[in-house]
Order: sequence, then structure tokens, then C-alpha cells
Amino acid sequence: MSIWDFLLQFGGRLTSGTLYTVAQFLLASVVAIVFALLSGLGKLSRNRAIRWASIIYIEIFRGTSLLVQLYWIYFVLPLFGLTLPKFVAGFLSVGLNIGSYGAELVRGAIQSVPRGQWEAAYALSMSPAKRMIRVILPQAFVIMLPPWGNLLIELLKGTALVALISVTDLMFEAKQINGSTFLSVQAFGSALVIYYILARFLITPFMRWCERAMARKLSRT
Amino acid sequence: MSFQWKWEFTWAILPRLMWATVNTLLASGIGYAIAMVLGLVFALLLRTGWKPLTLPLREAIEFIRSTPLVLQIFFVFYVGPQFGVRLSPWVSGMIAIGLHYSCYLSEVYRAGIEAVPRGQWEAARALNMSTRDTYMRIVIPQALPPSIAGMGNYLVGIFKDTPMLSVIGVAELMQTANAIGSETYRFLEPYTLVGVIFLLLSLPTAAFMRQFEAWVRRKLGM
Amino acid sequence: MEMSAYPLELPEDDRPMVRFMNVTKSYGALTVLDQLNLDITRGEMVTVIGPSGSGKTTVLRMLMTLETINGGVIYVDGKPLTHMPKNGVLVPANERYLRKARSMIGMCFQHFNLFPHMTALQNCMEGPVQVLGLPKAEARARSEELLEMVGMIDKKDQYPSRLSGGQQQRVAIARALAMRPKIMLFDEVTSALDPEVIGEVTNVIRKLVNEHDLTMLMVTHQMGFARDISDRVCFFYQGRIEEQGEAEAFFTNPQRERTKQFLSAVKAAD
Repeated sequence: MSIWDFLLQFGGRLTSGTLYTVAQFLLASVVAIVFALLSGLGKLSRNRAIRWASIIYIEIFRGTSLLVQLYWIYFVLPLFGLTLPKFVAGFLSVGLNIGSYGAELVRGAIQSVPRGQWEAAYALSMSPAKRMIRVILPQAFVIMLPPWGNLLIELLKGTALVALISVTDLMFEAKQINGSTFLSVQAFGSALVIYYILARFLITPFMRWCERAMARKLSRT
Repeated sequence: MSFQWKWEFTWAILPRLMWATVNTLLASGIGYAIAMVLGLVFALLLRTGWKPLTLPLREAIEFIRSTPLVLQIFFVFYVGPQFGVRLSPWVSGMIAIGLHYSCYLSEVYRAGIEAVPRGQWEAARALNMSTRDTYMRIVIPQALPPSIAGMGNYLVGIFKDTPMLSVIGVAELMQTANAIGSETYRFLEPYTLVGVIFLLLSLPTAAFMRQFEAWVRRKLGM
Repeated sequence: MEMSAYPLELPEDDRPMVRFMNVTKSYGALTVLDQLNLDITRGEMVTVIGPSGSGKTTVLRMLMTLETINGGVIYVDGKPLTHMPKNGVLVPANERYLRKARSMIGMCFQHFNLFPHMTALQNCMEGPVQVLGLPKAEARARSEELLEMVGMIDKKDQYPSRLSGGQQQRVAIARALAMRPKIMLFDEVTSALDPEVIGEVTNVIRKLVNEHDLTMLMVTHQMGFARDISDRVCFFYQGRIEEQGEAEAFFTNPQRERTKQFLSAVKAAD
């Protein structure tokens, strides 16, 4: 079967899978960013309880595998009375996992804002929250954007695992098509190419655009 | 099914999970060895600067880095039979993981080599050293310490990615936990234990790598 | 000049240690050196001075083959350095030829470039053992003798990070000499040093001039030092030799207007 016949026949399923993958990616990104900010800031907090909660979250999710986390959240949490639909369990696991890596980026970026900036904000009698929001975070964002670009690629790759709890994403469709046709090169090959296109021609350019926009904004204000 | 933790069940499945841990460690070790060697080959090929080679290679590395490992594992495992070659789960898994991580390691090596100051290359040249000696005796020893942190991260990374091998039936930790789950209908203990085993192994490894880096730096007088 | 016009080898009766013949170096549109012709005779100490960007450091780097040249030929000891004979004409030298040809040249750098993962002694032994293939014992004896000469023998087991700039530079000189070069190049070897340690490095070079028959080429900003020890001084300006002459005469009685300006500017800055 030529690749064109293949795409003609299975293009619909691949497209639907891609849409699921994109949805998982977007939702997981939101989870990851929120958790990264909260725990990254939490790790720098003076409050011992907040600090430890952040550290425990970060170490557990960085220290184990995404697949283990996914299975645990999907298969074990229901035993404690918390049953999540597979779609939610999927993006939540991926988001929590990547968020723990993002937390280290947030912490690192905040700490690499020059000391003088803290002192200047302090000398202006800004409140701690004001200092963070008005002075430190905007500069930290610029520092951490490039590594976030890589992390979001890792997040996209991570979403492929949700196929293993039967979320009908791109990976899932590729597996199904392979199972019924044994056209492995076409099935897995076209899925690989689609992931590559998403990463290289959507996520990466978008992050570059964010970096430029941020840099412009910072130099103007 | 119950959410109550059963200790006797835990003790009963622990030996089986321990054996699976050996397989997990073995898979990490073999995968990492492949990645280290292949990564170095890629890094050196990229340094030749010969465009017809470096451009496609760079793109291929970019491709492998931005697509899911689990899909690559499937690809390697299933593509063989389509052309009449059957690779065992272990072999295809090691090829996929080794190749995937070699792309990351080549980047670590490249950064390490580029961090060696120009003056070091020039001094080696002024001493009339061969290219081989310059790499082996001057550049690589200096490129190593700053690379260790990155290399350590990817060692732990491979270790944490081995559960993906379960999708083609390699009998590592995840696959064993799945098997126990489907035999006994208990998921709490096996999945939790797998998580704990991963934590117990990856956290000390990360700490060890930090110590190791400091030790190498001292050893090389830097 | 056509490539065929360059001799494959200089005649017996006209063999300076180094000959630059119409050597041109440019980066894109920027010409750094323009048709340079310069001879250095055996055992001569030549100092190159000039404002920054005049191409003076490039002269040394080309001779060490750290830079390729865009035109002309450099001869060392009568044989071409940058080129090799092939079918009766000179063609750009390949790596193999270069390694053989440049083996009689040694160089010291502004920033020392000691290997940080080796002790002072290991730095000196590296070339003799790895490149010349000397037995370790012999390389060690040779290196220790040279470290003694530069006054660094008691620091021989220290790593470079534990040494001051002046000490590092002295080790670097010993390291270069351990290869038994016939030509030594000094590229602003005192520029990165604190003023109080410059003397310890210049004293070593002075000793070399007095006690060895090395041919030396030096780029420096130390006019007094240049005047003291050089046989000849070349003043570079915009990629050309503006003026050259015997050291004492050059400094006391410069001929060209630009030379006078440069010398008085340097003096004013001192």
C-alpha cells in the first residue's frame, strides 16, 4: 500500500488522534505550569510546611517514572475513592510529572535574578509579594523561557503514554492501525512525523515567539 | 478489590519485583552504554563540519529528540517483521533507548567540548600534538567534568524510561507489576512498590553523581 | 605572483631561519596583513610592535600555523612551512606535512594556556612524551632541568590553578622549550600579568637570549624590554611593516612620522 493510499484510508483516524494529543498537550501544559510555579516558589518559601510540601512533590514526581505515576493515578487512586476519567488521569499525570521538572526551572530562574534587583525592590519598601510579582518574576520569566521550550517538547512526548490507559490519542490510533493492518512503517512512521511536526513547527516557533515578545516587553518597560 | 494495604501480599510479591529490578537495571545499563558510545560518535561526526553529513545528522537527531520514545520502541519492534527481520523485545528495546539517548548525550558532549577554551587547542597545536592526542589527552579530560552533570541526568532519565519497555513485553519492573496486577486483581501494592523502588534508586543516584562530579574535578586538579 | 614563481626550497646561500614571502592574510574583506616580506636570521631576536589591529599578533599565529594564509609562502629553515612541494610546484600543505614542518617552532601565549588538568611537570612532559616519543625518564629529566632554569622546580607538582600568572607563564615557557624548538614565539606574554610579576617572566626571556642560540620572534607592549634585548624591531601599521631597524637606533632615532607618533603615545601612557 502506498503512503498516499494509507493516508487516504487512515487520515481521519490519525487526525482525530492528533486532536486528542493536542488537547492532552494543552491541558497538561496548564497543569505543569501551575504546579511548577507553585512548587518552585514554594521551595523558596520561608514557611516550612509549604517548603516541605513542595520538595516532596518535586522529588516524588522527578524520582519516579511518568508511566508509574500514570498507572498509579489511574488504577490505584480509585481504590481511595478518587476515580478519574482516563482523559483527565492522562493530562493530570503528564502535567504533574513535567511540573516537577518545571519547578526546578522556576526556582533556578528566580535565584539567578541578580541580587541587586532584590535589594533595589527592598529599598523601595515594596512588599514581598510586590517584589516577587513586579520585579523578580518578569525577569525570571525571560531567563527560564528557553529551557521551558525543551520541557514542553518533553511534555508532548510524555502525552504519548496516555495511549496506554486507552486515551484515543495519536499514539493510540497508530497502535490500533498497526494492530489491524500490520503496516508498521506507515502507522508508526506517520505518527512519528506528526509528533515531529507538532514539536518542531508549532511548539518551538511558538516558544521562540514568546521569548522575543518577552524580551521586547522587558526592554520597553 | 480493596484500598487496604496487605503486608503479607507485599512480602509475597517483593522477591518477584526484586528480580524485575535486576532486569530494569540491566536494561538501563545496556541502553546507557549504547547511548554513550553512539552519542560520542555523533558528536565527533558533527564536529567534522562536513555539511552533507552534518545537516542530515543534525536533523535526524532533532527528529529523534522531539518524538516519543514509546513510539520509537514500537517502531523498532514492529518494523522488522514487516521486512522479514524479527528482533526480540530486548534487542529492539535496547536499540530504541540507546539511539534515543545517544541524541541527548551527543549534545552533552558537544557542549562539553565547546566549553574547552580555544587556547587549549592552540597550545596543543603549538606542542605539535596530533588531532587524536589533542582530543584524548587535552580536550576530552577537560570536557568531562562539566559533562558529568548532564550525563548523570540522562543516566537517571534512561532508568526512569525503562518502564516503557513493558509495552513490547520486556520483563522489567512495570511489566512485572502489570502481570501481578492482572493475576491477582490487586494494583495498590505492586504499583506503589514500583514507585518506591524507583525513588529509592534514582534519588541516591542523583546524589552520587553530584559527588562523583566533585571527585573528578578534584582528581583532574580543577 | 604565480605559485610556480616560489622556489620549492631556498638556495643554500640565502637561507634565513624564517622568510615571509608576499604573505597576505585577510578575514573576508578585511586585510590584516598585506604582502608581508620579512626575513629573520638564525639566532636573531626580533620584536614586533604596533598599535592593536596592526596585524602583529597575526604574524606569530601564522608562523605557528594557527592561522592559514591567503597568499604567499612562509619558509622555515629554507623549506616551505605553509606549503609543500607536489609535482614541482608548491601546494597548500596538508596536516601531515604541517606537523613535521612546524615541529621546530614553539610558542608562548598571552593567557599561558597551560593544561589545567596536569601539574607543571606533566605540562612540560606532555609534548616530549606524546609527540616526540621520548621515554618518560628522559622527558622528566629534561622538564625538570627547564623548570629549574625558569625557577619553578619547587612548584613542579602544583596544578596551574594554584600558580600565579607569572609562575604559569614561566611554566609555559619551560613547556615550549621542552620540545627543543629552533624558533620561539612570544605572543604578548606579559600583557595578562600584574605589573609586579612581569619582571620574573622578562628575566627568563633575557636569560634565553643570552644563553641560547634560539631564533626568537616576540610581540610585546614593553618598549623598554624590547629595546634591551632585541636585535631588531619591526613596527607594524595597518598590516604592513612601517619601519624596522636595529633596536637602539629604532628607539632613539625613528625615521617615519607614524613611528614617532606611536612611540610618543606609548611613552605618554607609561
